[in-house]
Amino acid sequence: MTITTVRSGTVVARGERPAARRRRLSRGRTRSAWLFLAPFWVLFLATFIAPICYAVEQSLFALHRDGLGLTAPTTRFVALDNYVRAVQDSEFLSSLVRVVGLGVVQVPLMLGLSLLLALLLDSASVRWPGVFRTLFFLPYALPGVIAAIMWSYLYQPGISPLAKAAGQLGHDVDFTAPAMTLPDIGNMVTWGWTGYNMLIIFAALKAVPAELFEAAALDGCSGWRIAWHIKIPNVRGALILTTVFSIIGMVQLYAEPDILRGITNTITSDYTPILAAQKASDAGNYQYAAAQSVVLALLTLVLSFTFLKFTQRKGAGE
Amino acid sequence: MSTPQTTVRPSGVAVSRAAVMAVMVLFAAYSVLPVWWLVVTATKNKGYLFTTNGFWFSHFDLWSNIRDVFAMDDGIFARWMLNSVVYSAVGAAISTLVCAAAGFALAKYQFRGREAVFNTVLAAVLVPGALFALPLYLMFSKIHLVNTYWAVLIPSVVSPFGVYLTRVYATASVPDELLEAGRVDGASEARIFFTIVLRMMSPALVTVYLFQFVGIWNNYLLPVLMLADDRLQPVTVGLATWREQFNNGTPYNVTITGAFLSVLPLVVAFLSLQRFWRSGLAAGGLK
Repeated sequence: MTITTVRSGTVVARGERPAARRRRLSRGRTRSAWLFLAPFWVLFLATFIAPICYAVEQSLFALHRDGLGLTAPTTRFVALDNYVRAVQDSEFLSSLVRVVGLGVVQVPLMLGLSLLLALLLDSASVRWPGVFRTLFFLPYALPGVIAAIMWSYLYQPGISPLAKAAGQLGHDVDFTAPAMTLPDIGNMVTWGWTGYNMLIIFAALKAVPAELFEAAALDGCSGWRIAWHIKIPNVRGALILTTVFSIIGMVQLYAEPDILRGITNTITSDYTPILAAQKASDAGNYQYAAAQSVVLALLTLVLSFTFLKFTQRKGAGE
Repeated sequence: MSTPQTTVRPSGVAVSRAAVMAVMVLFAAYSVLPVWWLVVTATKNKGYLFTTNGFWFSHFDLWSNIRDVFAMDDGIFARWMLNSVVYSAVGAAISTLVCAAAGFALAKYQFRGREAVFNTVLAAVLVPGALFALPLYLMFSKIHLVNTYWAVLIPSVVSPFGVYLTRVYATASVPDELLEAGRVDGASEARIFFTIVLRMMSPALVTVYLFQFVGIWNNYLLPVLMLADDRLQPVTVGLATWREQFNNGTPYNVTITGAFLSVLPLVVAFLSLQRFWRSGLAAGGLK
């Protein structure tokens, strides 16, 4: 490791003026700081920033084959052609609409549930709060793919114990029907992440000073009014954070539809934006795949920042 | 000190308590039943999968199922588990050290560009790595890094959230006086970091390690893209291939029992280390 060779700048040279010494010291410290930072920063640039730049660069090119296809195809600068194609590509657009639409329904449902559970756990009405907290958190211990594999069996006709139970009650449920695909996926995401989001909100609730509730209770406030007027405004930060992360998670939806494709033919190979980009890449069109990745990243940023701006403005008006 | 809720009208309390407990039990069932099904089904031979009640045991065949899992495809399951452990344990360890050094530098040194670096790291928390996994794959294939352990390990080491967490923790809990005392004693900056700072930051480091370990273990897209050789794949990718192959050869009970075995260590780790999770989530949730 290179860091071990760093020398501290504390040895005072004889006769040196204090100002000069401070400057030399600060230069030495700056160098140490960058050496501590270097391993992370180099890897960060290489695996985080470089792929973004590479994707943007690649997205401006396209493979060009001559008319007869006799020579090897060459890449050619095409400016924004790939982006024009992406925004006109109905399959890609419907994959975007699909994940955004699913997010608009699923994220509020999930976070509403997380908030409710956190508030109930925080109230005095629950016995064994520790046990429930652990049980709610259990789904997060399963990797997303493994959870998806598990749910794929729970949905599969013939195996599904849920369909069997519904059948015994006189209802025929087919989880592989086209109309069920989005609810299937929404349920998998909700199952995996509600408890996790609940813990984040719960931690924020625990940080609210207890005096606030006690004063309100002395004033005769009911439990629900305390929750609405004091607790929820105080966990705004946690709610905003979980919303942004849920939006981001939904846009990069991949494992769930990828696994469900095994049991239902309603999921196309470009069902979500990431699957679509992967499809383009598998077909050898790396440049178009890169453009799709950039569009998706921009969409993520726009959604997150719009939401943050929106909540900030509302917060400022209070 | 009495909690405020107990002072509210006593008559309504019993009813609302029952309603609250009903919600709790219902959601606990929703969380647990699928996992319970997995546990129960791991004990069934494939024939009974279709004919028996999914939520209860019959014909305990767990041991023969486990033998089948480890015998499938020349015993590749053990290799997958080992790969997962290597990616997660080694990746998380390097990641924690790298993040700790970066977080410490950002917290305790004044230098030009510090805020710019930190803001970039913060912005990166909001850009999911999955979005650029495909370009990363294209880059790595140019330098012939794909289909090696490195292709998964190197990107796994980078954790903007880890840097954020260690910076916040170092700012709050490593006093400047202590660093100054070390310097006056003639210790080098590196020595101060490795002997004093790391120890003081250990609670945050445990949290970062756990988050990274699980994050790497759970990652699916990155290894799917990077690794074509199934002997290099982690268990998540391996099981997904088995799941897809059910039409041509991998029996259901093998995939299901494999899934059960693969989550066993994680669930144990989660439940026994819960307090570290909570502290990490709290740090993430409070601004």
